[in-house]
Amino acid sequence: MTDLTLRRVIKRYGDEQVVHGIDLDIREREFVVFVGPSGCGKSTLLRMIAGLEPISGGDVHIGDTRVNDVPAGKRGVAMVFQNYALYPHMTVRENMSFGLRNVNTPKTEIRQRVDEAAAILRIEPLLERRPKDMSGGQRQRVAIGRAIVRKPKVFLFDEPLSNLDAKLRVQMRIELARLHRQLKATMIYVTHDQVEAMTLADRMVVLRDGRIEQSGPPADLYESPCNLFVAGFLGSPSMNFLPATVTDHDADGVWVDLAAGGRLHVPRDGSGLSPGETVTVGLRPEHVRPADEGTLAGSLEVVEHLGDQTLLHIRLGEDSVVIARDEGRSAHTAGENIQLAFSGSTCHLFDGDGNACPILSRDAAIT
Amino acid sequence: MAIDKSSNRSAHATAETTPRRQRISPDTVSGYAFLAPFLIVYAVFLIYPLFRGFYLSLHQWDLLAGPLGWVGLQNYSDMLSDPAFWNALTNTFYFVVLTVPITTALALALALALSRPTRTNAVFRAIFFSSSIVSVTVVTLIWQMVLSPSQGILAQALGTVGIPPLDWLNDQHLAMLALVIATVWWSLGLPLMLFTAGLQQIPGDLYEAAKLDNASRWTTFRYITWPALHRTTVLVVLIEIILHFQVFGQPFLMTKGGPAGSTRSLVQYIYENGFRDWHLGYASTGAMVLFVVMLVASLTQLYFSRKED
Repeated sequence: MTDLTLRRVIKRYGDEQVVHGIDLDIREREFVVFVGPSGCGKSTLLRMIAGLEPISGGDVHIGDTRVNDVPAGKRGVAMVFQNYALYPHMTVRENMSFGLRNVNTPKTEIRQRVDEAAAILRIEPLLERRPKDMSGGQRQRVAIGRAIVRKPKVFLFDEPLSNLDAKLRVQMRIELARLHRQLKATMIYVTHDQVEAMTLADRMVVLRDGRIEQSGPPADLYESPCNLFVAGFLGSPSMNFLPATVTDHDADGVWVDLAAGGRLHVPRDGSGLSPGETVTVGLRPEHVRPADEGTLAGSLEVVEHLGDQTLLHIRLGEDSVVIARDEGRSAHTAGENIQLAFSGSTCHLFDGDGNACPILSRDAAIT
Repeated sequence: MAIDKSSNRSAHATAETTPRRQRISPDTVSGYAFLAPFLIVYAVFLIYPLFRGFYLSLHQWDLLAGPLGWVGLQNYSDMLSDPAFWNALTNTFYFVVLTVPITTALALALALALSRPTRTNAVFRAIFFSSSIVSVTVVTLIWQMVLSPSQGILAQALGTVGIPPLDWLNDQHLAMLALVIATVWWSLGLPLMLFTAGLQQIPGDLYEAAKLDNASRWTTFRYITWPALHRTTVLVVLIEIILHFQVFGQPFLMTKGGPAGSTRSLVQYIYENGFRDWHLGYASTGAMVLFVVMLVASLTQLYFSRKED
């Protein structure tokens, strides 16, 4: 059963179109994360689903109902805002019961539902407090509680953890994942933080300039990005991109000459490529290792010790820097010359338009 | 513990070595230097006149002849037994009680109506505010023309629906209402601006949350806008109370305090005693009473608004 459907959804502000015909099916109980850089239209899309932004074209269905013209309060959705949006003059209990009071829910039921939600979120001691007397994390819990009491068909989260400090963000992330399991609800979550997206999502939808670039389970998107944008957006630190030229291709893959030096066989479908064509080789930092003898050589510019791992920033040429991941206690120091080894099988290949060449099953070796 | 002891010792030692008279730091000097211009103006033009007024009120003092002797609280006792004083005080209260709520409610309603950031609303806000910058002379002239029973726009408008012209400014029951209407029109600008600013401070996502919470327009106003405007409303009401207790220009120019003293305000009473009859001591007594009345009214308003908070 499809719980939420977007069909050719468009958003225009005057003459400017910011969302370009989005098609998306979100299944019941799915946790979908819209992710993308600022201005990509992810929040606009969420607000159109919520009913806070008029839809310029296309259809939004929740269940079997087309909700384009249904007011926000009648869509059966609840939203958690980035700035919590708690009513400052009401106590936590009043905040949580406000929506139910507006639809004339009996008082005993309101009390029961608020108490239940408070128990789920462990905020019972806060019920008589006002928002100004609470920390950011507590406020965000209350905002989530306010959404829960309404028992919505769809939960919408608009960058809900952005205002929290790093430690609290991790804590709330885990809390949200637990909540999703516990409530078995459909959730749509907007963030520009890819770690949040990767850890929470059943399915990620990567957006750019009002279009869906790729959608799928986080691991699939990370391992098989469909283009340079998705490849560069997912992963921290981002994927290394090395310019290269196609020299040959066969059934086993593509032979390329790296601009930074070295020849590489990448087991990707190169049927659309021709010799001499400029391509980009993508390489995740975790697949590049310092070695005594490697394919690439450069000067180690920066060493970032992160405890469990060390990131090495190696300059290959004037415009080319590669990041390699080394063990926690790396012996390398800034300024030294270093060689880098990696396997062609871990490389991604993108054609001149930035689209990924499909993967071939067999491994390849470096020459 | 060792650390505690040593820190105590060092604190003790510091106390022993510090000279008894502390030197005034350069920061203190520069702080007072920055405050000085304000303090001087405040003392010369506010504090001194207040005490001088109180001093005058305890004397019989002629505008030209100067002090004619200490009378103690005689002026106060005379004033409390003067029916003209009670009439002026009642009129002033009546004026304030009518003007303050009407101005506040109207300014709030207009601010709400014009709160959306459109060009048309900005023009309307500017139009409504423009009346505030007109002097009282012009305001009274305009309203004398508007209210004129023979040529006034209002009389003509009422005439078209068959209502005979009303002689607003010469009718004992209507004159005060006419002054209230003119004053509301004149003084609407500032509260309108304050409410507009107050509305702009309310985060937009509260309204979005209310939409998702199925709140009607009235519920949204009652539970979100109105509580958020509480402080602004307190400020507006305080300003209005202080301003309108000092009403003078409108009755003085439009009705001369008439008909039959029905619009004579406390300030006009003070003015007439001081500058028409030259009884400066007695007039100062009126000013002191007005000061106390305004202070009590403002403090009462503040007390109740804080209690609500």
